[in-house]
Amino acid sequence: MTTILPLVLENVTVRKRDKTILKDISLNFAPVGFTIVMGPNGSGKTTLLRLMHGLERPRGGSVKWSSSEREARPQQAFVFQTPVMMRRSVIDNIAYPQIAHGVSRATSSSKAADWADNVGLAHVKSIEATNLSGGERQKLAIARALINQPELVFLDEPTTNLDGKSTREIEGILQKAFNGGTRIIMTTHDIGQAKRLATDVVFINRGELCEHSPAEEFFGATQSSAARAYLNGDIVE
Amino acid sequence: MIDVWEGILQAFRLVYSLDRDLFEIVLLSLYVTLSAVIVASLIGLPLGAWLAVNRFRFRRATIALLNALMGLPPVVVGLIVYILFSRSGPFGVFGLLFTPTAMIIAQVIIITPLIASIAHQAIRDLWAEYHDLLISLTTSKKQRMKTLIWDARRSLLTASLAGFGRAIGEVGAIMIVGGNIDHVTRVLTTAIALETGKGDFALALGLGFILIGLAIAVNMAIHVLSKTERGGQW
Ligand SMILES: Nc1ncnc2c1ncn2[C@@H]1O[C@H](COP(=O)(O)OP(=O)(O)OP(=O)(O)O)[C@@H](O)[C@H]1O
Ligand SMILES: [Mg+2]
Repeated sequence: MTTILPLVLENVTVRKRDKTILKDISLNFAPVGFTIVMGPNGSGKTTLLRLMHGLERPRGGSVKWSSSEREARPQQAFVFQTPVMMRRSVIDNIAYPQIAHGVSRATSSSKAADWADNVGLAHVKSIEATNLSGGERQKLAIARALINQPELVFLDEPTTNLDGKSTREIEGILQKAFNGGTRIIMTTHDIGQAKRLATDVVFINRGELCEHSPAEEFFGATQSSAARAYLNGDIVE
Repeated sequence: MIDVWEGILQAFRLVYSLDRDLFEIVLLSLYVTLSAVIVASLIGLPLGAWLAVNRFRFRRATIALLNALMGLPPVVVGLIVYILFSRSGPFGVFGLLFTPTAMIIAQVIIITPLIASIAHQAIRDLWAEYHDLLISLTTSKKQRMKTLIWDARRSLLTASLAGFGRAIGEVGAIMIVGGNIDHVTRVLTTAIALETGKGDFALALGLGFILIGLAIAVNMAIHVLSKTERGGQW
């Protein structure tokens, strides 16, 4: 299905100033899957996603796609923890990746209108995006990420600001994209959500990989004590 | 004591009598200033965007230079343009001295750094906000600049209006390169300087009020136009 996966991280280390943010991480992402990345605040989840997307450079180790990095990037999309609202209408925000990749104005607009519908933003599609609420911003960012039908989408806590109904809607959209063949790598603090969506789980703590296991294993009998404590709702030290 | 009231009356009298000379002076003021603003914006806005988006060796120095050029004394700009375009100067063959074109050139030199500098600040801030998204979407440098210029359009309009404000009130440079020739290069500011020199304070003041009115009118017109603006591609 995909041309850029598998994605292999080998002994990756990320440092910022004098701080080691990710330490010696090795991971293998299969061509198909819905990976959930979990870990306490500040454990390095955002940094890990940004690293894989090429927004951070590793200090050591390597990030390897099955194609060149140049070819891999256009096949990926990223939904940031705090989505960027461009100073233009909702519909033009959603259409932007299409326009940037040379799709005609008419085609991209009608596609964007469909996506506005899909994520429940049809009623606000003509207003400027900076006026949207936190939850609406997340929905916009997801529509904008999916419009070019990337092979792989990174999502950084996409439902953190959403209420139950919106969360379900977004999960439905992601599930649909996944069923349609999109590879998804997503962070969340919502354990219920992870159980609903994950095919496999990556758990990191303090910049170190604790485990990467299939979902049923992770939620059944997780091996790392940090993950067990996290799932139990204990404070992870 | 100069009578301000007399000046206001004089302004109304000039406007109501539809004075042909006044009309000519106002039109030339608008022509010179708006031309200068358009040319300076075409240079300054992309330059500001380019400086915000590109990393190169002397970037900081270039920005510092740009900010320094904002404070360029207009009289000196006028003098330099005068020397360059005088009959014996390097551009003398064009015969542009004492024409509106020379005045436009001088004003472009004066306001381009101002427009570019304000544009640079606005676009730098927006770039900081958009950076990750535009990098993530693998946009080309050209696309980034287009996107940033379009999305910063309101701030950029303010930059151009600041240039307009500086140019319409400028007198030193255009006096030198234009020569304040009646029916040829006389504009509101040079006319005010002339009338003041002659001691006709009421007329000078009247022209001054018209100048202020003109500046406000242009600002308001552009403000209204930008409000009704429809969304576009970039
Ligand atoms: N530019 C930076 N300079 C120094 N430290 C940084 C920088 N960026 C991130 N960090 C640190 O790296 C660590 C990991 O940050 P990261 O954002 O990846 O965590 P996270 O797992 O996404 O947390 P959260 O669940 O709160 O989103 C944090 O301790 C953070 O303070
Ligand atoms: Mg994070």
